[in-house]
Amino acid sequence: MVQLIDRRESSRGRSAVNRERFLRRYKAQIQQAVRRMVGERRLADMEQGGEVKVPTKDISEPSFSFGHGGEREFVLPGNREYVAGDRIPRPDGAGGGGGRGRDGGEGDGEDAFVFSLSREEFMQIFFDDLELPHLARTQFGRSEQKRSVRAGFARTGVPANLAIVRTLTQSLARRIALRGSLLRDMQALEARFGAAAAAGQSGQAAAAYAELERIERRRGKLPFIDEPDLRYRNRAWRPEPIARAVMFCLMDVSASMDEDKKDLAKRFFTLLYLFLTRKYGEVDLVFIRHTEDAEEVDEDTFFHDTRSGGTVVYSALDLAETIRAERYAKDWNVYVAQASDGDAFGADPARSARFLRERVLPATRYFTYLELASPQSGDRASSLWAEYERVAEATDNLAMRRADSREQIYPVFRELFRKEVS
Amino acid sequence: MNVISRGADWDFDLLERYDAAISGVAADFGLDTYPNQVEVITSEQMLDAYASSGLPVGYPHWSYGKEFIRNEQAYRHGMQGLAYEIVINSDPCIAYLMEENTMAMQALVIAHASYGHNAFFKGNHLFRQWTQADAILDYLVFARRYVMECEERHGAEAVEEVLDACHALMQHGVDRYRRPAAATLRAETMRLAEREAHRERQFNDLWRTLPEAPRDAVPRRSRSFPGDPQENILYFVEKHSPKLEPWQRELVRIVRKLAQYFYPQGQTKVMNEGWATFWHYTIMNRLHEQGRVDDAFMLEFLKSHTNVIAQLPFDSRGYGGLNPYALGYAMYSDLRRICEAPDAEDRAWFPDIAGSDWQVTLDFAMRNFKDESFIAQYLSPRLMRRFHLFAIADHDGEDELVVDSIHDERGYRRVRKLLAQQYAMEAQVPDVQVLRFDRDGDRSLTLRHHRHRGRPLTEAANEVVAHLYRLWGFAVRLETQEADGRAGPVVECQV
Repeated sequence: MVQLIDRRESSRGRSAVNRERFLRRYKAQIQQAVRRMVGERRLADMEQGGEVKVPTKDISEPSFSFGHGGEREFVLPGNREYVAGDRIPRPDGAGGGGGRGRDGGEGDGEDAFVFSLSREEFMQIFFDDLELPHLARTQFGRSEQKRSVRAGFARTGVPANLAIVRTLTQSLARRIALRGSLLRDMQALEARFGAAAAAGQSGQAAAAYAELERIERRRGKLPFIDEPDLRYRNRAWRPEPIARAVMFCLMDVSASMDEDKKDLAKRFFTLLYLFLTRKYGEVDLVFIRHTEDAEEVDEDTFFHDTRSGGTVVYSALDLAETIRAERYAKDWNVYVAQASDGDAFGADPARSARFLRERVLPATRYFTYLELASPQSGDRASSLWAEYERVAEATDNLAMRRADSREQIYPVFRELFRKEVS
Repeated sequence: MNVISRGADWDFDLLERYDAAISGVAADFGLDTYPNQVEVITSEQMLDAYASSGLPVGYPHWSYGKEFIRNEQAYRHGMQGLAYEIVINSDPCIAYLMEENTMAMQALVIAHASYGHNAFFKGNHLFRQWTQADAILDYLVFARRYVMECEERHGAEAVEEVLDACHALMQHGVDRYRRPAAATLRAETMRLAEREAHRERQFNDLWRTLPEAPRDAVPRRSRSFPGDPQENILYFVEKHSPKLEPWQRELVRIVRKLAQYFYPQGQTKVMNEGWATFWHYTIMNRLHEQGRVDDAFMLEFLKSHTNVIAQLPFDSRGYGGLNPYALGYAMYSDLRRICEAPDAEDRAWFPDIAGSDWQVTLDFAMRNFKDESFIAQYLSPRLMRRFHLFAIADHDGEDELVVDSIHDERGYRRVRKLLAQQYAMEAQVPDVQVLRFDRDGDRSLTLRHHRHRGRPLTEAANEVVAHLYRLWGFAVRLETQEADGRAGPVVECQV
């Protein structure tokens, strides 16, 4: 008789644990693949999960098996025209003549292992080991940021918090201590009793015996747990330092920033935006774009609106500084990220650099400047770059990088925000 | 008799009634099976089952995750359908049905898995010899628990390292012949006594007068160990590794046991699938003759059946090797034909079975062979013609491939022999054996690859040796010996 069992409701996702193990084991390879992908992606797709390709040879499981070469024969079905003795040119590649069964299958270029990552997994790998630099958790936030922490043991408390082991330890210690002194007294009395009995002094012997009995009774009455033994788990509220940070995103959208450069800039800021919103709950973002004058915009406008005009870098720095002084004057870690092609003219670069050094940098934890060069411009630095470079030599919280193609954005981004190894 | 059901819908009551009908037919044909357990699962669970080679319980390891991802991906992209069924060689025999299947498909699967495969598991000599159907489920549960306990105690990474190394050697963790049981004390004493008696009978004082050869004339080679090369490398590691902790030894043993459990399946793919396919076809037709299933059912069944036994020619795009279902099914059907309606050719080729009772002949064939010998014994010229089988010779020294032989009078025997060899274990797994364990010296382990017909090992051999080194703890060498006895390249791994 057959036994029918409905298992549809039980034990789904049995392979989830193994899948996760696989991802963990080949983290390095998967990370590489993810990084390659990011360079190729469209802006809008940046945040999606996706298919990852890992070279099969990187994750293969070795075993002793036959390689190509040597002599062998194999049998195939479906002969149409061949007779014994015919000679056939070797097919291209290592397939081994169409191969038989498994041999052929593996030879036929199954060179990439493809699989999907969910959005969460993708982002996690994407931003793994990145961190805001110099993030100081020193400023104390408002009073509601408190955390309950363990704070040893207390003699008073509610029964639910009774620390049983601790209490028993106390009780044991007390009992050992008290019993010890009683024991010594008893030994002395016994000796006295023995001596008195031997000397025939019955009165003294009786007294000693009565005393002995009294102590014996006392010993029997030692309580197992006494009031002073009780210990309770204690908790205390401790104010938590919260690190509040604000990130100013400054983007140059002037006419000299052609579509390619804007795309690069937006890529950079998209990464930054994803990184910050994902990693820090407590990060404020301020988006500023500028041509000859600067304006604060919301993120949607920042990323999707098009506008153009001349270039005055100073305007953006000035606006950022004004906003900082207004809203983020105290208790904030201030970060600034600026992207521009550095195409500034006249007095602007020098003025900007001076303003940067004197006003912006002292109030800032970390300032990153990304210069978007055209591939044609080669190594020739812009005037703004030259001015900034001088500032960078004097301070340690200004970091500068150049990028001229999509693939560079992510590596540059990683360099700027690599986790500090302490 | 009446039709059991019409339409595609199924429910548990119907499953039971179909099973009863199929079981009746199977009993008429004399199929001997384990009791059946049929479990209904979702496609998602089917993917899970895939990843662990169909086993219902498996220990955690990343390679199963990889397998799962591969299947899931292929399935989602429509590159691969799911098998209709998975069946486990256990007692009771567990078969999984997918809930998406229609009634006809469920019936097909029950006939195929719960009666076809089941009878094969119970009857075939390899399964009888190497697997214990009643113990496997318990062992799997034990293995899983043990591996997880080890992970807790020694860390997942330490466990993974051992398992990785074992998996690399899994194919070489299989016994192909029974080890002799250790002699009992009584037998051993008797053997010694007999030997002593023999020596006494042969005693001749004359031998004493012979001059003795100087003892140290030839330095005695230290006795090498093991006395004979050992083909089961994992077994040797488990028993003799100088370094492994007891828990690691147990892990090696678990992998080895699993490899041994799967060994018969690899050796009987054609026979096993062919047998199950032959029987689902035979049983379904009998049900149709009895009027238990209607024509719509039969048409759907035949469509699936023909898909299963399709054989693409070698030069078509989707060619994936010889289809074991097609070949096996064709061979059993052909055997039945040879028994029932032999022609002159059959009488010449199979004089002892032509015209015999087909059920007895098939039963004998199922029980006593593996793919290699089954093909060598029973592949008929008629089938070679039908499959248009031909053999290609691929020799290293030549620029071109040569057609060795085809399905003609001169080629039948040669094609059959070559096809049979293709299914032999030697053609799939290189011959690597434990040659020497230097017990008294540096404790190094030497393996020998006996290179057959010049076929080399892949590069991966280096990694396997590195894995083995991890299990062994002392230097490991892999020597290659050419067919003519020359020494070939050596792979070495030491501290």
